[in-house]
Amino acid sequence: MAMKERVERVDDVKVWYGELPVNSLYTAGIGGEQFFRTLKDQGVITGTKCEECGVIYVPGRIFCQRCLAKLERWVKVGPEGTLESWTVLHLGLDGKPMVEPQIVGLIKLDGASTMFVHRLGNVRLDQLRMGMKVRPVLKPKSQREGAITDIKFFEPA
Amino acid sequence: MKRLKESMPVLPGTGLKDEDFQKGRVLFTRWKADAKYKWDAGIAIGRYLAGLKQGKILGVKCYKCERIMVPPRIFCEWCFRNIDEWVVLKDTGRVNTFSLCYVTWDVKRIKEPQIPAVIEIDGASPGMGIMHLLGEVDPKKVQVGMRVKAVWKPVEQREGAITDIMYFKPI
Amino acid sequence: MGRRVAIVGAGMTKFVRRAQETGKELAFYAVREALNYCGMKLNQIDGVVLGSAPDTFDGVHMKGEYLSDGAGAWGKPYMRCLVGGGTGVFAVAHGWYHVASGVFNTCLVVCEEKMSSFQPHAQAAFLTIFDHTTERPLKPNLLWIFALEMNRYMSTYGIRKEEIALVAVKNKNNALDHPAAQLTAPVTVEDILKSEVLAWPVQRLDVSPVSDGAVALVLAEESIARRVTDKPVWIEGVGWSLDTAYWTNRDLCYPRYVEEAARMAYKMAGITDPRHQIHVAEPYDPFDYKELHHMEGLMLCGRGEAPQLTVDGVTRRDGELPVCPSGGLLGVGNPIAAAGLMKVAELFYQLRGEAGKRQIARKAKRGVAQAWGDLMQVGTVVVAGI
Repeated sequence: MAMKERVERVDDVKVWYGELPVNSLYTAGIGGEQFFRTLKDQGVITGTKCEECGVIYVPGRIFCQRCLAKLERWVKVGPEGTLESWTVLHLGLDGKPMVEPQIVGLIKLDGASTMFVHRLGNVRLDQLRMGMKVRPVLKPKSQREGAITDIKFFEPA
Repeated sequence: MKRLKESMPVLPGTGLKDEDFQKGRVLFTRWKADAKYKWDAGIAIGRYLAGLKQGKILGVKCYKCERIMVPPRIFCEWCFRNIDEWVVLKDTGRVNTFSLCYVTWDVKRIKEPQIPAVIEIDGASPGMGIMHLLGEVDPKKVQVGMRVKAVWKPVEQREGAITDIMYFKPI
Repeated sequence: MGRRVAIVGAGMTKFVRRAQETGKELAFYAVREALNYCGMKLNQIDGVVLGSAPDTFDGVHMKGEYLSDGAGAWGKPYMRCLVGGGTGVFAVAHGWYHVASGVFNTCLVVCEEKMSSFQPHAQAAFLTIFDHTTERPLKPNLLWIFALEMNRYMSTYGIRKEEIALVAVKNKNNALDHPAAQLTAPVTVEDILKSEVLAWPVQRLDVSPVSDGAVALVLAEESIARRVTDKPVWIEGVGWSLDTAYWTNRDLCYPRYVEEAARMAYKMAGITDPRHQIHVAEPYDPFDYKELHHMEGLMLCGRGEAPQLTVDGVTRRDGELPVCPSGGLLGVGNPIAAAGLMKVAELFYQLRGEAGKRQIARKAKRGVAQAWGDLMQVGTVVVAGI
């Protein structure tokens, strides 16, 4: 009969600590490059249209996921949109309470078929409504870098 | 050799160089993961580490497969039974293979090579090796088949880790 | 063994050191190329399988799911597979049983990798391959594993670096004729032997370049395959095998996991004499010695005999048994999973006579592709025939 080892002494069992060094560098991609440069240089949010499927993707991308067509038609969307959902964050990433609760929401810009996530600002919690109209508040052009944070937040329109 | 690249199809894909990033020709974002781990050593390795603290290399025995295994494990992966017995192995062995490494994990060059090796431990079944480093040896003189012995940290510095053996040296 | 399944189309992106495209965009390009090759549409595809190596490289969560829309899988049954470096060839087996089982009539097989996202070098992402308690405290790096295996192989059979370097020269020069190739300059044995020693016996030019890239294949069951093309390439055998993760407990001089996988695939394909019944081979060659190691595991020659075949020119494109006519990972590039699938795509092109300047001299009716991964553990094999 096989013997089973029982852990008799607590100092037999150990814990080993370690870290994983992960540093990532992400390119914006061909679609991302176009979308973010337009946002940076012109202060305008754009998407791409699939003529076959009649869908407008925002942020713009180079392929339609429904039919795999190559998308080359860029269109302006918004600037206003509707708030499709939101949440209020009270705990930070480190698990500690935040000084100011943050509001993030799902926004569907006028003309877009898809939504994206961003922050909400200049708004009181009691003003938030499903479907309310919102508009983007952009950083001044000199401060824009070609990143999603070139939009500071969305405020009630 | 003349290459007729014109007659080959042109495939999609855009290659970038370092300077495309440095000069801001393409947009990109960076992210650092904050991944910290606390691994349970496990029943078998927990005991192995305790053994190392005491200056011993422990192994386990499977009667059915007639094997003595190191690093130790709680079940024999061949026949899937619990192992039958713990044994104390020797701290000497034979170099099964080795390398002279001049590059660190984060791509820095070093002058004096590190010498990782697989060392078959005396007392375990043939071919049963563990990975460790070789030391106190001229890199040019290392050979497959060389006999080596563990060089231990002084007992008060041992923590119950594989590094309680500093390296193996030739005997 | 289920219905007959054929590869009817193939497509890929360039393999580059750093692509501007995101992983999704790379996958999209490869799938578009593959569908265009055989004139099929996305709505004719029943399911999609995707192979990709650890998420850590691309730095995204659940890479399979992330890549799904670029891989044409939106709204379709979709599954990702992962067996380290063996993924690229295993993905074909994965797609094969989707169709052979009768559940799907057509299936896309897609592989993508974006190694460049990992900084400072993709190599560091492999640190987790070492046991966290018994090995990582020694501060290892990935090169150790290959160097230890290469040394064992060389010592056991008395193989010299000059013989191994011939493989790197053959493959890197073969790759000059591959449209996806990352490497674009010819090399000589001297170049290899003079290159920087990384972890002896591994030198810089013994190693394949790290890359970004994607490849896709279209699989179809027999009646559809025959309608789509007059030259379907049949998947005649698939095999896969995993050896123990206790890698220091095995003799590294022989890849028995490749032999196990090959036996499974050869049995299905009815191959009893691989050396003569296989006409073209694409074994996995992330390092030059690995081509030799794997040729032996695939039983294309006896143990320790692969170097002699290379020296004798048997494995050149104009030889009796061309090996890596594509240029392999050494020449075309190594976006892990996509590299393996590139090899199966090469069999597809070679067997159909569509490999352009890479076309081998002899007539080929059957080929084998093989990939390898993890802690020198996985063997994945596909036998294709026309």
